[in-house]
Amino acid sequence: MGHMQRISRRAFLVGSAAVAGGIAFGSYGEAHQADLTSHGNPLTSGLGPNSASFNPWVEISPEKITLIAQHADIGQGVGSVQPIMIAEEMDLDPGQFEIRFAGPSPAYYNTGFAEELAPFLASDQSPAAEEARAASLEWLRKSGLQMTGGSSTVPDGYEKLRVAGAVARETLKAAAAKRAGVAVADLRTQSGHVILPDGTKIPYVELAAEAAKIPPVLDAKPRDPSQWRILGKPMTRLDVRSKAMGELKFGIDLKMDGMLFASVKLNPAKGQPLKSHDASKAKSMPGVKKILEIKNGVAVIATNSWYAMKAVEAIDCKWAPSAYPAEQADHWKKLDASFKPQFLGKEWRKIGNIDAGLKDGTPIKAEYRAPYVAHQPLEPLNGLAIASDKGLEIWLGHQSPQAVQSIAAAAIGIKPEQVTFHNQWVGGSFGHRLEFENVRVLAEIANQMKGTPIKLIFSREEDFLQDIPRQISVGKYAGTVKKGKIVAADFKLAATAPFKGLLERMGSPSKDPDPQLAAGMWNMYYDIPHFRATSYEAQGLSPCTTWRSVGASTAGFFTESFIDELIHAAGLDPMKARIEMCAVPTYRKLLETLAEMSDWKGPLGKGKGRGVAFVESFGTPTAEVVDVTMTERGIRIDKVWVVVDVGKVMDPVNFENQVQGGVIWGLGHAINCEITYKKGAAQQTNYHHHEAMRLYQCPVIEVRGLENDPKVRGVGEPPVPPAAPALANAIFAATGKRIREMPFNKFIDFV
Amino acid sequence: MIELTVNGTRHQVDVVPEMPLLWVLRDELGITSAKYGCGVAQCGACTVQIDGKAVRSCQSRIGEIAGKSVVTMEGLANKEHHPVVQAWIAHQVPQCGYCQTGQIMQTISLLAHIPKPTDEQIDQVMSGNLCRCGTYPRIRTAIHAAAAKMAEK
Repeated sequence: MGHMQRISRRAFLVGSAAVAGGIAFGSYGEAHQADLTSHGNPLTSGLGPNSASFNPWVEISPEKITLIAQHADIGQGVGSVQPIMIAEEMDLDPGQFEIRFAGPSPAYYNTGFAEELAPFLASDQSPAAEEARAASLEWLRKSGLQMTGGSSTVPDGYEKLRVAGAVARETLKAAAAKRAGVAVADLRTQSGHVILPDGTKIPYVELAAEAAKIPPVLDAKPRDPSQWRILGKPMTRLDVRSKAMGELKFGIDLKMDGMLFASVKLNPAKGQPLKSHDASKAKSMPGVKKILEIKNGVAVIATNSWYAMKAVEAIDCKWAPSAYPAEQADHWKKLDASFKPQFLGKEWRKIGNIDAGLKDGTPIKAEYRAPYVAHQPLEPLNGLAIASDKGLEIWLGHQSPQAVQSIAAAAIGIKPEQVTFHNQWVGGSFGHRLEFENVRVLAEIANQMKGTPIKLIFSREEDFLQDIPRQISVGKYAGTVKKGKIVAADFKLAATAPFKGLLERMGSPSKDPDPQLAAGMWNMYYDIPHFRATSYEAQGLSPCTTWRSVGASTAGFFTESFIDELIHAAGLDPMKARIEMCAVPTYRKLLETLAEMSDWKGPLGKGKGRGVAFVESFGTPTAEVVDVTMTERGIRIDKVWVVVDVGKVMDPVNFENQVQGGVIWGLGHAINCEITYKKGAAQQTNYHHHEAMRLYQCPVIEVRGLENDPKVRGVGEPPVPPAAPALANAIFAATGKRIREMPFNKFIDFV
Repeated sequence: MIELTVNGTRHQVDVVPEMPLLWVLRDELGITSAKYGCGVAQCGACTVQIDGKAVRSCQSRIGEIAGKSVVTMEGLANKEHHPVVQAWIAHQVPQCGYCQTGQIMQTISLLAHIPKPTDEQIDQVMSGNLCRCGTYPRIRTAIHAAAAKMAEK
């Protein structure tokens, strides 16, 4: 795991240095143009005869063109948009190429993390901020970190994939020019062909062998967006047809000759070992082939998944107790006791004189809570693997290919390079497929069953029990208002650290403050004279990890709820006040667009309410208005309006789908989801305990994408954080009741 | 041996009669369009037709459906041109797509019983099908579009 170790150490070093200021970053200016060749091309070694690859994303054989998707497709559509960005430049049409997910390689380092890891506000385009981002990019390159997450696929691929396509196109033209004895300038490309001056069309695949013999045209430039054929216009996602036909194979659908099926029961006290087990009943159950003890539990090998699940259920296990409090009430107690200097994460931002500000005007205080929440994508954790004396070959969907290698290798005492990993289409993740429960146990099981392909499936209940949840968080917010203005705002929150938790489980623990605990709190863009944002990191609670929109999913709720409370106390209109206070012109434009779209004219009248919230996360500003009605059966959500500024919309259809899905995710979990612990185990083990939104509760959601931001931003997560506070603010407007804790259905009924 | 017909083909399977149809389809017969999501009829991802009715295959014991006719997405007649599938493609419903075969099988059953459903009727019939990605607005649109298309014929 030495590889991952280097990554995070560097990441946090750069982060801290940049915050401290005054550290010279050296001349990283050139790094803005990401160096895409320094790790070589992992496709070269697998090329067949007469085949060419000009970079890690394009492969052409005499038979077919293959475009490589380096980010994992977890439902967000990147299995489509990545190859389309390449195809746009190559003049390929959908259907003219195959898509393959990238194997683990530092060549696929994620340039899109550069923004998030540099500790500057997204709106900050100052030279210092840009220097820090350039420095982040440089160590991302050196670390070679290949990871899907942080809404980074489009920001990562926007330049490099279009360049990759342009290089391929120009190299194919150069090969054609050489063959035909004409000037490159006289050639053009269309629909997978180079077209000679006399109109002769040469298919790209026919040029593969010759293109392989000439140096790639590395200085090829991508076209101006005004020339785009596919990008920026409504397109059909490349995976839509096979998904609507029920033909797409997910990881769980894979099969192999001679395969046996496995299911597991692991210590529900996450991460703790098995003490003993009694499998006497399970042994004689139908289809059971073998019962194995693994590091923190047991596995049953059977002739089908159902037999395996049934038998593993029947094993009586004695578990070591949890390392965190056994009962939920004690988690909250610990969290409440974490607002102390020894738990200080960091004071992320300080403006004006907060102590003086808090004494100036009418004081307002509020406390907010956000529970643990599970990810629970509909495809349960699974995987297929076969172990031999040489190593392990493994097929499953994951967001961190290199970490799959290192975790699987560590589990069975081999080297990471002995693990061959094949990434798969994933039936949802929301952060779940950044963790390793299935990877670790699959490696252990396959290793004990050498030579037999093993298909592992977690039961839904086991998946819930082992789901490493979102952070639990408490916000203690204070502020003052005076003469119709907000004077001061002091935000403090204590939470478990999701990103640090993930890094630790990847084998690279960090001592630096978790930057995700600042998200949604420090990046507050209202012009408030006295402001402070501080995080505290609770210790000894449940392990936590990244959950769609991560820190901002909880802190965004606290911050935008409290801003609403301050605005109300100051006697202002929630929308107008936000617009007037907004300090970033493009973000103000976003709020103005939302006001116009939702026809905001103040209170709606009896029984109805509307709420607004604005959160920037992962660099993407997003604002939402939610309309509700208080009915006899409870709160009904009538309609939602959303405006998102991503700088450039790649695919307007998938953009809308992602935004609507993000809003539904945010609303549904805020209304009715939490994970609570009893005797060290999660009490919610299937969807009826943790339901989120179903169709009957789903409002009409009107979406608009703006392109005012100076940078290209992602959209997978940013629509989530404003949903909960906009709903809570709407409920306040309709009922006068402030809901300061999720899930909301503990305090009010919903239709 | 238990005998059943799936997509017009007769199969014999050697499993216990309590085994759910879902797992017979997936693991014994290699028919994978029906998905495992919850195992307790909470998500609808495993929806198939038995003798023309939409059912949750995770709750259908194989011993009780012996001799009956099962249809999965794989066996849908004229699938590519089926108005529901067509609407799902035209309106680009899927995100991860894992729940969508269940959504489509449920919709086909809905439209067989209620050819022109209102939003309330869609809510009633489709709320048992969970979509974690949140494609609900598109599911609604696609159902109305498929209903309109089917009414033309």
